[in-house]
Amino acid sequence: MIEIRNLSRLYDGLAVVDDVSLTVETGQLAVLVGTSGSGKTTLLRMINRLVQPSSGQVLIDGVDTATLPAHLLRRRIGYAIQGHGLFPHRSVAQNIATVPRLLGWPRRQIDARVDELLALFQLDPAAFRGRMPHQLSGGQAQRVGVARALAAKPDLLLMDEPFGALDPLIRAKAQDDLRQIQRQLGTTLILVTHDMTEAVDLGDRIAVMDGGKLLQYDAPARILTDPATPFVRDLIGTADRALRLLSLARVGDIAAPGQAEGPAIAPGASLRDALAECLWSGRDALPVEGGGIVTLNALRAKARPR
Amino acid sequence: MLLSPPGVLFALIGTAGLALPLVQFKPNRIVTGEGIGLHALPLGLPLAAALCGLLLATCLGRWPAALRLAAAVSGFVTVILSLGLAASHLTPEGNTIARVSPASGFWLLLLAFGLMLADAVGRLRPSLAMRWLMLAAALGLVAAILASGLLDGVSVMREYASRRDLFGREAQAHLMLAFGSLGAALLVGIPAGIAIFQAPRWRGPVLGVLNILQTIPSLALFGIMIPVFGWVAASLPGAARLGVAGIGVFPALVALFLYSLLPVVSNTLAGLSGVPAATRDAALGLGMTRPQVLAQVLVPLALPVLLAAVRIVLVQNIGLAVIAGLIGGGGFGTFVFQGLNQTAMDLVLLGALPTIALALVAGIALDLLIQAAHRGTP
Repeated sequence: MIEIRNLSRLYDGLAVVDDVSLTVETGQLAVLVGTSGSGKTTLLRMINRLVQPSSGQVLIDGVDTATLPAHLLRRRIGYAIQGHGLFPHRSVAQNIATVPRLLGWPRRQIDARVDELLALFQLDPAAFRGRMPHQLSGGQAQRVGVARALAAKPDLLLMDEPFGALDPLIRAKAQDDLRQIQRQLGTTLILVTHDMTEAVDLGDRIAVMDGGKLLQYDAPARILTDPATPFVRDLIGTADRALRLLSLARVGDIAAPGQAEGPAIAPGASLRDALAECLWSGRDALPVEGGGIVTLNALRAKARPR
Repeated sequence: MLLSPPGVLFALIGTAGLALPLVQFKPNRIVTGEGIGLHALPLGLPLAAALCGLLLATCLGRWPAALRLAAAVSGFVTVILSLGLAASHLTPEGNTIARVSPASGFWLLLLAFGLMLADAVGRLRPSLAMRWLMLAAALGLVAAILASGLLDGVSVMREYASRRDLFGREAQAHLMLAFGSLGAALLVGIPAGIAIFQAPRWRGPVLGVLNILQTIPSLALFGIMIPVFGWVAASLPGAARLGVAGIGVFPALVALFLYSLLPVVSNTLAGLSGVPAATRDAALGLGMTRPQVLAQVLVPLALPVLLAAVRIVLVQNIGLAVIAGLIGGGGFGTFVFQGLNQTAMDLVLLGALPTIALALVAGIALDLLIQAAHRGTP
């Protein structure tokens, strides 16, 4: 569990991060979102003390991080950034092995861990181990960057705009993969982005920041249906918030007993997909694979704030 | 294209060389002699015809680079052997006073085939390992020609023969001056470069001072140091015993060291500043300590730029070390200035030629090292 208590950072008397408090439960994915200059990156960098807080505390599992030497703290926290920051003079395997080597793991264990991570990120170890960063595509380099951050099995992973340099198609895939790997490993993850869609798609919790202040910290559905300030509402945009809300829930969650005509939809599909299918095929209800139906009325009810 | 433009240029230089005297024959080392062309020597006509043929043939554009290289090397060797032939033919038996010196024709021919050689190597695009082999082969070839005794009759080699021991000592002194000042500059300059990289406030003042040092002409710098170090040696107890003196090796080393600082410090700074911010941020964020970031990330990535500084400094200092001969610092400059005083150009050449060769070899070797350091990074 990560507890941020009254954290502030001043530059020349100006608060870049102003008295922010929030808690991220173990295994949760929290997204810090805001415009540039909102203080989200500074807040993230105070967690691993790349920026020294002016006041306030960060506690990891109840331990104040200020009591640890900064470099030892950072070796326990994964860190991945935009543009991946891979070391250009080191191979993929050496890059991933950075933190385990700093921690003095035995060689054999490091080699095994590197291969395990490459496989996890769908990169063939035999082919990629010896490659240099400049021989990787953008998407591959990004995955190696995240693999490097996860190498020493950190309990907490910090990511600063990790998908910022990727084109939209690769980005969607990378986001899906990250979500899956994060659930699989149970890693607590704090991610910074300026993209509200990314925040809604990925986050268990979203922290909206502006001018150094934390405006709202809530589950995505709450942020969409009950924005705390006009700024938060503007940031999510009002045009397609109904669709965004639908994209948060799965067909399986609202399946009701009944019979319907036509091809069935998977229970794992989002309500947004179900709505699109209803409109496209002109049906009022869709059968769900494995039994039950989802109706247009049920979808309509889910697309509104309650 | 039927004609190769560089080939035409080399042919023009080379044929001009063939038309001019190959050597100068002088009854003794001081008087001006008479110029003698290659064609006037026995075997000279066929040799001249062969060189002329090579020059004209390489004007044509269709040659593969390897063949061009072979032509350049054979031309180069032929020119040098012609010089040896001229010397042994022209010098009367048993005469140790008469001198046969290379003249304008020889230098132009050497230049033509040297340019052709560089052009051919450039077109061949050899691998790194191949370049090292070529450098070694070239050095081996020169050593073999010198050791064979074919050139022993040439004036420069005669000067060498009468100063064999001295030449060895001055060569050592020259290398010591060039490499010693480089070593000292690296020892001081790299930490200074790292320091101003981490403390940007100091960049302006430090680079400013080094820039001013760099603009002082070398003779003026020696001029300043003679009284300054003379005074230090005389008035500071123990200084003289440590080697401090107004003339000799000490001020020469100090001058070369001072000239080396700017390239070393500024390239260290440029190399470190060139490392992407994301890379530095990642290194810190992953938990490297500041010394680890420096040793494992910043310095390895700055290495090609650092080696470029070593190249600049070494080539510069090999040349500048000649001036040390003026103030008794030793080195090949000793021969150059002795020769100038005695108006003996052959003696000047005995100092100048090895200096040029040394600078050339050091420059090429470091270029190859820099390329090797660049491999693996884009």
